[in-house]
Amino acid sequence: MKILVCIKQVPDMESRFKLNSEGTWYDESDLAFRMNEYDEYAVEQAVQLKEQLGGEPEITVLSIGPDRVVEALKKALAMGADRAVHVKDDKYYQKDPWQVASVIAGHAAGQGYDLVFTGMQSQDRGSAQVGVTVAELLGFGCATTLVGFTYDAGVIMAKRELEGGSKGVIKLKLPAVVTCQLGLNTPRYPTLPNIMKAKKKEIVVQAVSELLKEAEVTGTGGMYPPAKRGGGIVIEGEVNDQLDKLMRILKEKTTVLRAA
Amino acid sequence: MKALLIAEYRQGKLLETTYELQAFAGLLGAESAMVLVGSPADLPKFAGKLYLADVARYGEYNPDLHKKLVLEAVAKENPDYIVFVHSSYGWDLAPRVAAALRIGQVSEVVGLPDGKFEVTCCNAKLRRTVAPKSARTVVTIQAGAFSTQGEPQGAPQVEGIDVADPAGKTEFVGYEAAEQKDVDLTRAEVIVSAGRGVGKKENVQVIAQLAKALGGELGASRPVVDAGWAPHSHQVGTTGQTVSPKLYVACGISGAIQHLAGMKKADFIVAINKDKDAPIGEIADVLIVADVLQFVPAMTARCAR
Ligand SMILES: Cc1cc2nc3c(=O)[nH]c(=O)nc-3n(C[C@H](O)[C@H](O)[C@H](O)COP(=O)(O)OP(=O)(O)OC[C@H]3O[C@@H](n4cnc5c(N)ncnc54)[C@H](O)[C@@H]3O)c2cc1C
Ligand SMILES: Nc1ncnc2c1ncn2[C@@H]1O[C@H](COP(=O)(O)O)[C@@H](O)[C@H]1O
Repeated sequence: MKILVCIKQVPDMESRFKLNSEGTWYDESDLAFRMNEYDEYAVEQAVQLKEQLGGEPEITVLSIGPDRVVEALKKALAMGADRAVHVKDDKYYQKDPWQVASVIAGHAAGQGYDLVFTGMQSQDRGSAQVGVTVAELLGFGCATTLVGFTYDAGVIMAKRELEGGSKGVIKLKLPAVVTCQLGLNTPRYPTLPNIMKAKKKEIVVQAVSELLKEAEVTGTGGMYPPAKRGGGIVIEGEVNDQLDKLMRILKEKTTVLRAA
Repeated sequence: MKALLIAEYRQGKLLETTYELQAFAGLLGAESAMVLVGSPADLPKFAGKLYLADVARYGEYNPDLHKKLVLEAVAKENPDYIVFVHSSYGWDLAPRVAAALRIGQVSEVVGLPDGKFEVTCCNAKLRRTVAPKSARTVVTIQAGAFSTQGEPQGAPQVEGIDVADPAGKTEFVGYEAAEQKDVDLTRAEVIVSAGRGVGKKENVQVIAQLAKALGGELGASRPVVDAGWAPHSHQVGTTGQTVSPKLYVACGISGAIQHLAGMKKADFIVAINKDKDAPIGEIADVLIVADVLQFVPAMTARCAR
């Protein structure tokens, strides 16, 4: 079995964001990057499947982006993936989801992958499109938003998360694409020996221009912070002063404090 | 301008979010038609054309089949926009329709400032506009972002749609009901919720103590539940409970849309976050910029007095 896992590297969402000079995307300087949270579940599920099948499947991890994404690829290798493909693209943010999916499908064509894992969405763009579109381009079956995954003899039982905590169970055959939701599993932390082992694993670099055949179908307008809605009070400073202010407000505006 | 609205029907019921599609089409200034794989006995109130495929024949959601049915209606209607709610149905089906037509998709639209499609990114810390470049475009709208004005009215003119080959690559097996709840957060007057910002499992106790001191219940964001720090019955949000207490205190919670959807109706919201720009600040009545582990125990001590 050949498995592909698509991972994106995204900024730490607790960062303070500034815009780039064109005002179309965030400025990357001073940001710390990490593997897209949803994709950590994708890597973990692929590694668990490899373990279930006695180590037989080969896992390739792929990431499109500038040189920094190699860090995310190395993490996936240390978690247990076998090889990595870095599709080098410094202008990744100018590609729309259709183009990103077509680049991934372009890589996958002819590679004989049986199963592709992606995150259900990226934390920065969050289009929730790339995985499904890859499936459509490859003609694979696809299940999204997985909170449960089991595999037996060429058949996947997927538990899809629906609204309000209920789930839909579906069955699909390989070849397939599945998109992973938060909580699907518990992603492992790479151990030191595995980090060392990962250093010997192959990272193939490919230019995005070799794989990109499609023009964009959506363009990016401006990016901007949300308009402040106002009304809310922000209290900074020393804890005791903050508390004095908060308790006064709560007494005035709510009825929940017991009369003290 | 024409919009084809894809209504949603699940487990024997037309979903209310169907009306949000109509509200969006209204704002867009588009003439609209609707598609529904549902029951003739439970039709939406809608004064327009409705392409109906009977659920009795097509069964519960099957992506390949629903894609073919939507494409059938697209061919008949020739719309400029094909609009879904960004739900477990919409985000699964919309990209399949877009790929089949080789057209663009704008995901999870939250507004239409100056007629542009506005979406959020980076955990709602930023927004941007997306400009369609294809002749027609698939759009998904954020659940709750476009609310209906007044009671929906009208009866649709129904036209049946069918596909010759109902085969698909996936097989629907069944539904699994949500877990039984051991606490009913919907009745609590005060909820104090722990988010990932509390750092570790042991610290959830610190938050629970404040809840107790205020005579309320402990709530939690999803990562706290996923990590096993709190039971699922305490989760607040789209995939947890929807609550409306008199006071909601969010401790170390960033304010992702799926969390806000579950608690924004609270009468009074206090957020404690070390990040002054955290999106929770947008709906909080009071944002305390502080470390939860310093602030919360001090607050518990005051309230217990
Ligand atoms: C389909 C779908 C359904 C979902 N359903 C739900 C749902 O029902 N409920 C839900 O909650 N989420 C849900 N999510 C997940 C949601 O998108 C967010 O990932 C989640 O709400 C984030 O939880 P959080 O705010 O606790 O964590 P984070 O986003 O990681 O935020 C942590 C916050 O803590 C702050 N912080 C860190 N350390 C400290 C400190 N020491 N003191 C003070 N503040 C600190 C940070 O500044 C940050 O703002 C869903 C997602 C999807 C895709
Ligand atoms: N630049 C990228 N490189 C590799 N995989 C990606 C990239 N962008 C998106 N993906 C994959 O597609 C999923 C959905 O992303 P999105 O459609 O942007 O929400 C992510 O969770 C990743 O698995």
